[in-house]
Amino acid sequence: MDFLTIIQVLDSTVRLATPLLLACLAGLFSERAGIFDIGLEGKMLMSAFFSAAVAAVTGSVWLGLLAGIAASLVLAGLHGLASITFRGNQLISGVAINFLAAGMTVLIAQDWFQQGGRTPSLIGGGRFGPIEWPLAESLREFPLIGPVYSELLSGHSILVYVAFLAVPATWWVLFRTRFGLRLRAVGENPAAVDTAGVSVVGLRYAAVAICGVLCGIAGAYLATALQAGFVKDMTAGRGFIALAALIFAKWRPWHAMGACLLFGLLQAIALRFQNIDLGGVVIPVQVMDALPYVLTVVILAGFVGKAIPPRAGGEPYVKER
Amino acid sequence: MEDKTIKAVPAIELKGISKSFGPVQANKNISISVAPGTIHGIIGENGAGKSTLMSILYGFYKADKGEIWIKGKKTEIPDSQAAIAAGIGMVFQHFKLVQNFTVLENIILGAEDGGLLQPSLAKARKTLAELAAEYELNVNPDAVIEEIGVGQQQRVEILKALYRQAEILILDEPTGVLTPAEADQLFRILHRLKDEGKTIILITHKLREIMEATDTVSVMRRGEMTATVKTSETSPEHLAELMVGRKVLLRVDKVPARPGKPILEIENLRVVDEKGVERVKGIDLTVRAGEILGIAGVAGNGQSELLEVLGGMRPGSGAIRLNGRALPLSGPGSDARARRAAHVAHVPEDRQREGLIMEFHAWENVAFGYHHDPAYQSGIFMNNAALRADTDRKIEKFDVRPADGWLAAKNFSGGNQQKIVVAREIERNPDLLLVGQPTRGVDIGAIEFIHKQIVALRDQGKAVLLVSVELEEIFGLADRIAVMFDGHIMGERLPHETDEKELGLLMAGVSGEAA
Repeated sequence: MDFLTIIQVLDSTVRLATPLLLACLAGLFSERAGIFDIGLEGKMLMSAFFSAAVAAVTGSVWLGLLAGIAASLVLAGLHGLASITFRGNQLISGVAINFLAAGMTVLIAQDWFQQGGRTPSLIGGGRFGPIEWPLAESLREFPLIGPVYSELLSGHSILVYVAFLAVPATWWVLFRTRFGLRLRAVGENPAAVDTAGVSVVGLRYAAVAICGVLCGIAGAYLATALQAGFVKDMTAGRGFIALAALIFAKWRPWHAMGACLLFGLLQAIALRFQNIDLGGVVIPVQVMDALPYVLTVVILAGFVGKAIPPRAGGEPYVKER
Repeated sequence: MEDKTIKAVPAIELKGISKSFGPVQANKNISISVAPGTIHGIIGENGAGKSTLMSILYGFYKADKGEIWIKGKKTEIPDSQAAIAAGIGMVFQHFKLVQNFTVLENIILGAEDGGLLQPSLAKARKTLAELAAEYELNVNPDAVIEEIGVGQQQRVEILKALYRQAEILILDEPTGVLTPAEADQLFRILHRLKDEGKTIILITHKLREIMEATDTVSVMRRGEMTATVKTSETSPEHLAELMVGRKVLLRVDKVPARPGKPILEIENLRVVDEKGVERVKGIDLTVRAGEILGIAGVAGNGQSELLEVLGGMRPGSGAIRLNGRALPLSGPGSDARARRAAHVAHVPEDRQREGLIMEFHAWENVAFGYHHDPAYQSGIFMNNAALRADTDRKIEKFDVRPADGWLAAKNFSGGNQQKIVVAREIERNPDLLLVGQPTRGVDIGAIEFIHKQIVALRDQGKAVLLVSVELEEIFGLADRIAVMFDGHIMGERLPHETDEKELGLLMAGVSGEAA
């Protein structure tokens, strides 16, 4: 395997890790505040559809992004309403959101565009294009540094950079601000927050809303940057892999980035090397496609060690004496 | 209240507070007035409405009727924020701390100075040092809560209130988790706070604490305030009568024990818990027929594990003999059913988790553990009629109220729940009775009754192993006292040859020779 292939696989890793990372950070905010969210998948899917649809209709990817975020926020609000205000079961609410998104997106897409549940292909201003870093072209031939700079670092869509900048931002918010302290506290012991005179409900809604925004960006990235339009079930379990990455990272932002890059790498390898020929035995493409998911299970089962979730996670807060 | 020197406006005045939860009236038209710079005790049985009243004062509940006046000003307290703003701080019975935060982080939570953490933390560190010096409240600001002891955690709660400049401090059952020495230290701190002009409300069910620490005391019974008196003008007996509504015997009435042959012999017993931590570290004990051996100690020093291994609820190593016959400590024949078959009865420490199934009827609960009894069988079916008849007998004998076997366990009060468990175990006429915290969360009237039953069993020549964190209970019931600390038996004493101070030292791990 030559150097350029490695660079290309890593480049692909970055692109594929981006939606995972955004969703993972989304889950991190929500779960750190004590609201388990298995509806990341549904929120991403809903956002993917609405961003692609609005971008296709208006020709503006930015309007698409806003529409995607708004759609994801609506679902996040639903989850908040069910699990915070009405103290329902957070897992059931998440499952419902996933089903809702899977069905609604195709239904609306068919009714709107009559293209078999897809949106029209996005062209021109309907997609996020690559951002070329300064001097990327002239440095390309420079050995070692050149390909890393111009292939790996430069030339991604803006949302990729947003995702990776969101990592230090998340860390900073969680561990260096008042909001972060309260957010972490409400996921560990909401009674402590409540008796300290801070609104548990307010904090949890804020966390769920941030989760909605990040899922919205993740979905929009899928439909308007990674691919050119919405297709049925295009999230393909990414929301669940993001959850796995979140557990693998033990709810810590930098570790989340590492975990998402690892899962992204697995996907990139699967995409790049299909039908590998091992001395006459051909490994079929389906095995390669399944590999990231299989490894997700293996990693979670065997390598995580003891992952302690936020202590109040999944529990609706009820005042007690 | 006949206060001759009305020197200042009351720090707190409650006027006609009423609060209902559904059909249950938790507080009925309650009025009290607390003078500034005093320690005011509120005493009452479980369910008397003490905690509800304080929760109203701290904005957890909203009163249906009534007014709250703070320093002569009518104040609305819709939430905790308002309570804090009014200068009220509360130390709950179950601490409201974030376990994996540091002391400092817990203290600033909700009282930060701005959007960024670092300046708030720096300021709190300075303030904390001043408070520590002023009130002798020393804690390491960088320690993580889950790594410090409960006494320290309680200080953090007090510091939290002081950091918010509380003038009025409410403490709900503050000594439940403390050693006697820690409790003494707490009361020194409270007096110090009082001297600095703070007003303290102390909620407790322990008469001794009221007598020692408070200036005035209010008694609550069944949601009503039955009396407010000066502590110096009352007595424990009088307060107990006010609490229960009838005369109560505070000390256990019993004849000296006549110990017979050894019933239970424990040799080098060791217990390792699920996390691989050794909880019981090689103890030797003997319990004889006709005696009550009391195990004293602060919660979490291996007493629970000792009881559980004897009761067949977890494995151990070493040897135990009952009536001279060895009982297995692990593997087949070491489970709770085998223990019961060997005439060991067990009243577990946590009746709601281990003693009862809260959703089930009383009559079902009366059978648990003994449901294999042929008397309860009818072919392959349970003979529920026989079971219910048996339950009715036990309910009558143990005065369980309400006397209704069809009621779910959760609908009985703590005392009556405990009576159901005690009735189930004692009525089997065991050779050895294991009892853990028999009167935790049980009201005074029921305590008296349960203690009598335990003593009666002893007088029939049975052996009793009692584990309790209440020294008063140990002194009242036990014929011999063993103190546990960190999985070891620190020493054995006879109740009339020792005192709380000596036991307190043993409980804190100071060995008899050094003391």
